Amino acid sequence: MALLEINKLSVEFGSAAHPFRAVSNVDLSVDAGDIVGVVGESGSGKSVTMLALMGLIDAPGRVTADALNFDGKPLLNMKPAQKRQIVGRDISMIFQDALTSLNPAYTVGFQLIETLRQHTPLRGDALKQRALELLELVEIPDAKSRLNAYPHQLSGGMSQRVMIAIAIACNPKLLIADEPTTALDVTVQQQIMELLLNLQKSQGMGLILITHDLAVVAEVAQHVVVMYAGEVVEKSPVTEIFDRPRHPYTQALLASIPEHSKGAERLHTLPGVVPGQYDRPSGCLLSPRCPYVQDRCRTEHPDLYPAGAAVARCFYALDDAGRPTHV
Amino acid sequence: MIRFLLRRIGVVIPTFLGITLLSFSLIHMIPGDPILVMMGERHIDPEFYKLAMHNLGLDQPLYLQYWHYLVNALHGNLGLSVRSQVPVMQEFLALFPATVELSFCAMLFAVPVGLAAGMIAAMRRGKVADHGVMGIALTGYSMPIFWWGLMLIMLFSVKLGWTPVSGRIDLLYDIQPVTGLLLVDSLLAHDMDAFKSVVMHLILPSIVLGTIPMAVIARMTRSAMLEVLREDYIRTARAKGLSMARIVLIHALRNALMPVVTVIGLQVGTLLAGAVLTESIFSWPGVGSWLINAIGARDYPVVQGGILLIATLIILVNLLVDILYGVINPRIRHAR
Repeated sequence: MALLEINKLSVEFGSAAHPFRAVSNVDLSVDAGDIVGVVGESGSGKSVTMLALMGLIDAPGRVTADALNFDGKPLLNMKPAQKRQIVGRDISMIFQDALTSLNPAYTVGFQLIETLRQHTPLRGDALKQRALELLELVEIPDAKSRLNAYPHQLSGGMSQRVMIAIAIACNPKLLIADEPTTALDVTVQQQIMELLLNLQKSQGMGLILITHDLAVVAEVAQHVVVMYAGEVVEKSPVTEIFDRPRHPYTQALLASIPEHSKGAERLHTLPGVVPGQYDRPSGCLLSPRCPYVQDRCRTEHPDLYPAGAAVARCFYALDDAGRPTHV
Repeated sequence: MIRFLLRRIGVVIPTFLGITLLSFSLIHMIPGDPILVMMGERHIDPEFYKLAMHNLGLDQPLYLQYWHYLVNALHGNLGLSVRSQVPVMQEFLALFPATVELSFCAMLFAVPVGLAAGMIAAMRRGKVADHGVMGIALTGYSMPIFWWGLMLIMLFSVKLGWTPVSGRIDLLYDIQPVTGLLLVDSLLAHDMDAFKSVVMHLILPSIVLGTIPMAVIARMTRSAMLEVLREDYIRTARAKGLSMARIVLIHALRNALMPVVTVIGLQVGTLLAGAVLTESIFSWPGVGSWLINAIGARDYPVVQGGILLIATLIILVNLLVDILYGVINPRIRHAR
C-alpha cells in the first residue's frame, strides 16, 4: 500500500457560480521512502496541490477528491483537531522562501521547540536537547548559540536549514519540499539539496520534491509527475522520462534544459504562457502551444492514456523517437 | 538601541521650542486679555487697568513676554495662574491624577475590547461577525461623545440606578490623598466601601472616554491581523499542526501588535489631553476642564503651562512606544 494515495484531487477558487479550477483531477501516489519529483512551470498547480494535501487551502478555496489517503487514513474529511496530529508530525513541508517562512518575532529555538512540544511527549531540558540535536543534524555550525538567534540574524541558507530541522523534528513519514532551493544563492542550493537527500535516506522518509530543476529530479527521484495548468500531463518512472518523454509538454520542458541544447544558438522554448483563469482553451489545455496540435486536440479534452511505461494526457502520445503517433 | 534613543531625544528639543511658540502665539491671538475678562461688564479705571497689566508683565512687547516665559519654563517655573495666583504646576499636579485615573481606566476598557474585537473581525473576515464588529466600531467612532455619555447616564444611572451620575467618589467618604489616584488611595486607607464607590464612579466615564480609542484600536488590529495572517510564517505555523488559537495569539498577534501599539500610544496622548468633553459631562475634576476654563479666562500662564505639560507627557508616551517597539520586534532591538 502506498504511503500517500491521491485520487482525483481538485481545488477550486472563486464563487460557486464562476469557479476557477486551479488543480483538476490530480492523481499522485508516493511509496514509503520514495522520492517523487513534481515538475512544471509556475502556475501549473504544483504548490496548490501540496497545500491542499496539507489542509492549508482556506475558504473560499474548495478541495475535493475521490481519495486522499495518508498511511491508510483518509485526510479529506478528517476533523481539524485530528488532522493537526498528523500534519507537522507525519507529514511536514518546507517552503520556497525560508527567510519569510520563519516568524521574525521568535528565536530559532522557540520555533523548533514549539513543534516538538506539539507532537512529542518531550518536556523541559529534553526539548532543548532535542532541538540542539536537530540543529546539528542539519549541519548548522555553532548550533548552541543559534538556538537563541532570531531569523533576521540568519542567512537564507541557514534559515532553510532551520526550516528543514523543524520539518524533520518529529521524524515524518513524508516530507514535501516546495522548491526548497529556488530562493537561495546558487552556491548554497547544492548544499541544501544534498542535506535534504541525505536526511531523506537516513530517516527513510517519503519525499515529494517540487522543482523547476529537472537535473536534480533525474538524479534523485524514482518517479516524475509533470503538471501543466493544474493537470497532471505525464507520470513516468525517472528512467523513462528523460529518454522517452511521452507528452509534447514534457518534451518541450526537456528541450529547454541548457545542457540539452549543445551547439544550438538559442535555448529551445515553448511559445506562449500557461493559460490563466480567463483563457482556458477548450479541449487539450496545451493545444494553443503544442507543436503537434490536431483538430481533435482543440475540441476534446484528453484523459491520461498509457504510453510505454508512462501515462500521458495526450491523444497522440509521442513514440520512442519523440514523434507524435498520428492515427 | 541607546543611540536610537539618544537620537529620538535629540528630536524632542526643537519639538519643545515649537510647542512653546505655538501655545504662546495661539493664546495671544484670541482677542481680549485676563483683566478685561475678569472685569466683565463693569467699568475699568484706565489707570488701574494699566497697573494690572504692568503687574502681570503684559504691557511688554510680545517677543519679550515670550522670552521671559521661555526662560522661566526652562527653569521649571511655569508662573502663577492669573486668576488664583497659585503656581500653574501646583494646580496641574492637583488635578492631573484625576485625569490619569480616568484615562488609565478608559484604556483598560479600550485596549482589551479593541484587540479582541479586531481579532474576531479578522478571523471572521467577510462574515456576519466581521461586519457586526466593524459596524459597531464605526458607530462608536462617529458618535458624538457628549450624546453617548448622556445616553449611558440616562440608562444606567437614571433608569436602572446602577451607577452614580457624576463625580469621582461619594461625598460620604473622606480619603486621605496620598497619590491623588482615588483607586490607590482608598485601598491604602483600607476602605473597601470607598474603593467600590470609586470603581462605580469610574465605569461610565471610562466607557465613554474609551469608546473612540476602542474603535480605533479595533480597526487597526483588524487590518494588521489580516496583513499578518497572509504572511509565510503563518503558513509555516499551520504546517506545524498548531492549534488555531496558538497561531493567532502567539504567531500573528505579536507581529500585528506593532502598528497597534503606535495607535495605542497616540490614543493615550489624546486621552490625557482631551478628556474635556467626558470630564465636563461627568463633572470630573481633571485637567481638561481646567484648561478649557483657563482659555475662557485668558489665563495665559495656565494655558501655556498646561499645554506644555501635556505635550511633554505625549512626547514621553511616544518615547515609551518607541522602546516598546524594541521589545516586540527583535529586528529593531538589534539595529544600531
